[in-house]
Amino acid sequence: MTKSELIDAVANANKDITRREAEVVVSTVFSAISDELANGGRIELRGFGSFSIKTRDSRTGRNPKTGESVHVPAKTVPHFKPGKELRERVDK
Amino acid sequence: MTKSEIASIICDRVGLSKKESAEIVEIVLEEIKNVLASGTDVKISGFGHFMVRSKNSRRGRNPKTGEGITIEPRKVVTFRASQLVKDQLQKD
Repeated sequence: MTKSELIDAVANANKDITRREAEVVVSTVFSAISDELANGGRIELRGFGSFSIKTRDSRTGRNPKTGESVHVPAKTVPHFKPGKELRERVDK
Repeated sequence: MTKSEIASIICDRVGLSKKESAEIVEIVLEEIKNVLASGTDVKISGFGHFMVRSKNSRRGRNPKTGEGITIEPRKVVTFRASQLVKDQLQKD
């Protein structure tokens, strides 16, 4: 399923809103989550899961092609942990 | 950040009532859960992909008792953030 199919599904599930409104809602949900992550926050959506950030230390990597050592800087990566309900429903 | 905070952002930006905003956030999440439960991936461009992955059975160990157990094959949801979100996190 893609974002536009999700928007269609949301618009069909609630007849009170237009497709255009559904589009803004879906975009807003995801931008709210990524903005909060960028601020260093954690998002907890009961029954769905939680989004948080994890830090990775800098390390010495290797260019697999040349074998040359390269410095990989420390970075922050997003992490999603599925909630109980989602975990149980997917594994059925 | 919780569902209700996302609902307030929707309420401000979309002009739906508090109650409608809360309902529509729930619909969005419910729709994603339904699709994932059916075994289909959900791809949100600019945010990331939620993927259903099958894990094979493997030998595990009960960490408390040290007892060997077989972990049954199962399905799990994984999230891969889009490059856009990853880049957003590095800006600090």
